[in-house]
Amino acid sequence: MAERIDEEQVRKVARLSRLELTEGEVEEFTGQLSAILEYVEKMNELETDRVEPLAHCLPISNVLREDVVKESLGTEKTLANAPQRDEDFFKVPKILDDSFGA
Amino acid sequence: MEEFSARQLRERIAAGEVNSVEAVKGVFKRIDELEPTIGAYISTCRERAMERAAEVDGRIAAGEQVGELAGVPVAVKDNMCTTFGATTCASKILENFHAPYNATVVEKLLAADAVIVGKTNMDEFAMGSSTENSGLKQTVNPWDTSRVPGGSSGGSAAAVAGRLCYAAIGSDTGGSIRQPASFCGVVGLKPTYGRVSRFGLVAYGSSLDQIGPITRTVGDAALMMNVIAGHDPADSTSVDEETAGLCDYLAKLDEPIEKLKIAIVPEFNAGAAEAVTKALAEAIEVYKNLGAEIVEIDMAHLDYAIAAYYVIATAEASSNLARYDGVHYGHRSEKAADYVEVYTKSRAEAFGKEVKRRIMLGTYALSSGYYDAYYLKALKVRNLIRGDFAEAFEQCDCIMMPVSPTAAFKIGEKVDDPLTMYLCDIYTIAVNLAGIPGISIPCGFDGESLPIGLQILGSAFDEDRLLRIARMFEAQTNWNEKKPPIVE
Repeated sequence: MAERIDEEQVRKVARLSRLELTEGEVEEFTGQLSAILEYVEKMNELETDRVEPLAHCLPISNVLREDVVKESLGTEKTLANAPQRDEDFFKVPKILDDSFGA
Repeated sequence: MEEFSARQLRERIAAGEVNSVEAVKGVFKRIDELEPTIGAYISTCRERAMERAAEVDGRIAAGEQVGELAGVPVAVKDNMCTTFGATTCASKILENFHAPYNATVVEKLLAADAVIVGKTNMDEFAMGSSTENSGLKQTVNPWDTSRVPGGSSGGSAAAVAGRLCYAAIGSDTGGSIRQPASFCGVVGLKPTYGRVSRFGLVAYGSSLDQIGPITRTVGDAALMMNVIAGHDPADSTSVDEETAGLCDYLAKLDEPIEKLKIAIVPEFNAGAAEAVTKALAEAIEVYKNLGAEIVEIDMAHLDYAIAAYYVIATAEASSNLARYDGVHYGHRSEKAADYVEVYTKSRAEAFGKEVKRRIMLGTYALSSGYYDAYYLKALKVRNLIRGDFAEAFEQCDCIMMPVSPTAAFKIGEKVDDPLTMYLCDIYTIAVNLAGIPGISIPCGFDGESLPIGLQILGSAFDEDRLLRIARMFEAQTNWNEKKPPIVE
C-alpha cells in the first residue's frame, strides 16, 4: 500500500506541476490530497493482477492522411493571443544565462 | 412562443408562421430580466445573434432551404471554441482568449442555421459538479436561487431551464451534462464516446470528455444529435461511420421499444436520498405499465468508479493543462523574473483551487513510484467496470438509476470539502469510464419542489434506442412541462 502524501511531497508535486503554492495552499492541499488518496486506495480491495489496463474505451487506431499541404492558421492568427510578441515571434524572458555562448 | 420546444420553434420559423428575430428578441428580453439573477452566461452576443436571425428570416422569406435548427436560439458551453467572443473555460487563465477557429460542433450548429446567443458558465475547465468552481461568475439554479445548478455544464442547464435559450450544448466528463440537467429539470444526453467530435472542445480528460445536448424535451435532444453527431477527420477519436452508422434520431422517436427489458441495480441505488429512490421507483412503474420487464442485476465494480475516475481524469487533466504556460496564449504573470516563473506564477495566479488540486493529484498519480499503485490500478478497474456494463447489456436494453444522490444542494454547502463533492458523482461517473451513452430526463420533484432526474444508460452507439426509451416516459408524464417559478 502506497503511503499518503506529506507536505514535502506536495511541494515536490507542485514543482513537477509548475505551480507556485503559498504555504497555506501546501497545508490545505496536503490534507485534502491525503483524504482523496486514502479514498482512492479503496481500489486495492480489488484483485487486478490478471486484468488488462484500459486506457481507452473504444478500439482506436492510428489515423493517417495523405501528406498534402493544407491551409494553416497563418502568422497573425497564431500570434493574436500571445501575451507578448516581438514581430513574428512569441516573446519570453531569457532562457539561457549570459555565461552560455555569446 | 417561449414555450415552444426547439423543434416546434424551428418548424414554425421554417413555415414562416413566426420569425427568428422575434424568437431571439424574446430570449434577450428574458436575458435582460433574469440573467442578473441566474448568471448562466459568461458572454452573450446580441448583435451578432440578431443579424443572423434576420439573415435566416430573409432566406426563408426568399423561399430558400434552411437548416435543421433554422433560427433557433441556442447556447454553447464556454469550453468550446468560437471565433466570435472569448472562449474562457470559466478560467482567469483564458479570460481574454479569442479562439482562432470554431469547434466542429459550433460549425455544425451554424451550418444548421442555429442562432448562437451566448457562451455559458461552467466549473473552471469543466472540473466540478456545481459550477461553483467557475473563476468568472456564479450561476444559480432557476428553481431555487439559493442552490447550485449542478455542474460542470451548470450555465447551459440553467439557461435552458430559465428560458434564456431554447437548447444548449454541454460537455460531460463524469456527469457534467446529466447532473446539471437533473438539477435544473431538463433533458441532458451524454452520447457515446466518439459519437460527437471533440475538435475545438478544450480538453479536460480526453478519454472521457464528450459533447452533448441539454434541452427541454427528448425530441429536442434527438434534433440536436441529428445536427452534432458524426465523424470528424479533425478528431482522431471520433468514430467513423463504418463502426457506427449515422442515424436520424427523430425518425423513430415516437415508436416505443417493444418487449423493453430494463435493468436496475437495487443495492447501488439504495445510497440515494429517499425522494430520489421514490421518484426512480415511480418512473420504473410507468415503464412497467407500458409493458416493460424489470430485471435486478448486480454490478460488482460500480462502487469503485469514483476512485478510478478521480485518478484517470486528473492524470489526463495534469497532462492536458500543461499547455497553459503563459507563453503562447492565456494569462502571463507580470511578476515573473525568469522563464520558469512565467510558468509557475502565471499558473498560480490564474488557475482556481480545484484546477490546482486536480493537476496536483494527477501529477502525483503519474509520478515515478506511484504510477502503478494509482494510474495503472485505475485503468485496470476501468476495464472491470466496462466488463460489468458489457455483461449487463447482455441481459437488458437499458439500465435505469438515479442521476445524483440528491436534488440540487445549497450554494457553498460542499465547496470546502472536495472529496464530499466528488462522492456526489457516484451515479454518473461509471458511464464515462465505460464510454457508453446516458440520458437524464425529468422524473419528479422532492419535498422542496426541486427537480429530480431519471438516468437511462444504453450500450455504445445506442443513442437512438436510448432516446426512444426516454420518449416513452416523457409521452406518459408531464414533468418536462413544469416551469421554474422564476419564469412564471
